Amino acid sequence: MGKNKEEKVVVKPKKRKLTTADKVFYTFNFIFMFAFVVITLYPILNTLAISLNDGTDAVRGGIHLFPRVFTWKNYKTVLAIQNFKRGAFITVARTIVGTITALIANALLAFIVSRKRFLFRSQLSAFWVITMYVNGGLIPTFLLFKALHLTASFNVYWIPGMVSAFNILVMRTYMQGIPDSLEESAQLDGAGYFTIFLKIISPLCKPVYATIALFVAVYQWNSWFDAMIYNRMNPEYTTLQYELMKLLNSVTQQSGSVADAAATKGQTVTPQSVRSAATIITVIPIIMLYPFLQRYFVTGLTIGGVKE
Amino acid sequence: MAREKKERVKEASITPKITRKELKRQRVLIVWSIIFVIYGVIFCYLPLGGWLMAFQKYKPKTGLLHSKFIGLDKFKFLFADATFFRVFRNTIAMGTINMITTLIMAVLFAILLNEIRTSITKKVVQTISYLPHFLSWIIVTGILHDALSSTGIVNELLVNWHVVDTYIPFFSIEKYFWGIVAFANNWKETGWNAIVYLAAITSIDPCLYEAAAIDGAGRGDKIWFITLPSIKPTIMILTLINIGNVINAGFEIQYLLGNPTIVDVSETIDIYVLRWGISQMDYSLGTAAGIFKSLVSIILILIGNSVAKVLGEERLF
Repeated sequence: MGKNKEEKVVVKPKKRKLTTADKVFYTFNFIFMFAFVVITLYPILNTLAISLNDGTDAVRGGIHLFPRVFTWKNYKTVLAIQNFKRGAFITVARTIVGTITALIANALLAFIVSRKRFLFRSQLSAFWVITMYVNGGLIPTFLLFKALHLTASFNVYWIPGMVSAFNILVMRTYMQGIPDSLEESAQLDGAGYFTIFLKIISPLCKPVYATIALFVAVYQWNSWFDAMIYNRMNPEYTTLQYELMKLLNSVTQQSGSVADAAATKGQTVTPQSVRSAATIITVIPIIMLYPFLQRYFVTGLTIGGVKE
Repeated sequence: MAREKKERVKEASITPKITRKELKRQRVLIVWSIIFVIYGVIFCYLPLGGWLMAFQKYKPKTGLLHSKFIGLDKFKFLFADATFFRVFRNTIAMGTINMITTLIMAVLFAILLNEIRTSITKKVVQTISYLPHFLSWIIVTGILHDALSSTGIVNELLVNWHVVDTYIPFFSIEKYFWGIVAFANNWKETGWNAIVYLAAITSIDPCLYEAAAIDGAGRGDKIWFITLPSIKPTIMILTLINIGNVINAGFEIQYLLGNPTIVDVSETIDIYVLRWGISQMDYSLGTAAGIFKSLVSIILILIGNSVAKVLGEERLF
């Protein structure tokens, strides 16, 4: 914030002129925002440059925004790793299955608890709100999943996390803003609750559905912990992020798979360059998607989340 | 007064009495509810029964029902364990540092972003600011490793600007770890957290600023006396929510960035649970540590809530 030097009162022209204090402030603000953008973007652009650069050359350092010795080798190496391809497939599958099922389940529950005439409205709400604050923790959950045969399966990725009390609350707040008269007139026309949900409420809830779908999809896309805990011994259910994590560890402890994949092709890749390529592959879908969903999640967050 | 009473009567009459007719009319809703309640009991409430393990000498063979009860032995072990004390300290310290720094950064960023005059610049900066929120911790920690490595950009700049003579091995010096974690959290979440504050700022009545300007208030005065007080309720409620999470603040990043040389400052309760519970197969001890964490979390929320009540501020419940 610039010093607030009071300018002597001059007859102000219609278009407000910038005072010295304003100029100082705007300059400061520009520098701050510029630094913010650079710090946010530089690491990502740097990763991109390293992923397109020859591995052994990159070890010398000094690569910033552009590759020095251009190559596609790193990407070819990543895409040749069996587990990585499998992980990509599983991640896409769990993102699609997980998002659709979670959206349906949370929307239905939000619909039920937002019906003003529903007899057990407050009890059902309380039942789910409690789960936000109390949970069994890692070990009991782990043992339960084992008992239910959810470990060593794909189902562990979408069944247990399908319902989230937070998502219900966000959707409920949104649905409560829809006038009751719509529901009443549909009921007069003989529509059942399912028709009302599908034909009346859901079309009006597109923004909040998009917000929740984005939350769940990003969560699914980015998760690795469940793959590590429940499917460590089952490479057929590995995920993209978990494979990425193994690559990250291999930077310090030369993992076999990367070195092998590189050696068989006689290429000069390093764990770091391969990981950079894997990172970029993982990030690209998100970067391409989120700017378009921006207006939805901004409204979704501010309407549903905060007012709760 | 009378109006209030009338409204309350109206409110009560909205939810009808439980009658056979009403039950029949709502049977679809009730059937769906039952399905979801069964699901919730299995996945959210059944694991709570597992808390019994903390008071048992649990063996997978004998199971929850037939394992021997040993009372509070596991808790006694926890509180006598120097490592547990250390991981508790690490968790609280990092959680608190993260909560305070991310709050300050988000509010500062929202205020400064709001002052940008050209709407295109504002839009572009804001869109870029969300990006890191969508990246996984795996990616963020990978990026950090690159940036802080011996040949990374940070050491390069430090050496080139003669701040240090040789590179700093950031990940093997204890005193840097909490700072790195705080930086990573801010890098990832500042833009995302600012969304809410920015929405609160844009809903402030512009008349207030105009009136202040007539009274001769400068930009700093306007921010200090109008903007900040106006978004105080939002700050309070979000801080209250976050206080309960102080103890949850930290699994992924510490797990991914921690290494044996700095384990004394990097290990958190969640990692401790994972290490004892899953790797060492001491399910009882892992559960006991998990219960302790839940209790602290609830106590923190209650304290925060009553502090807010005393101060006459917005509160959670």
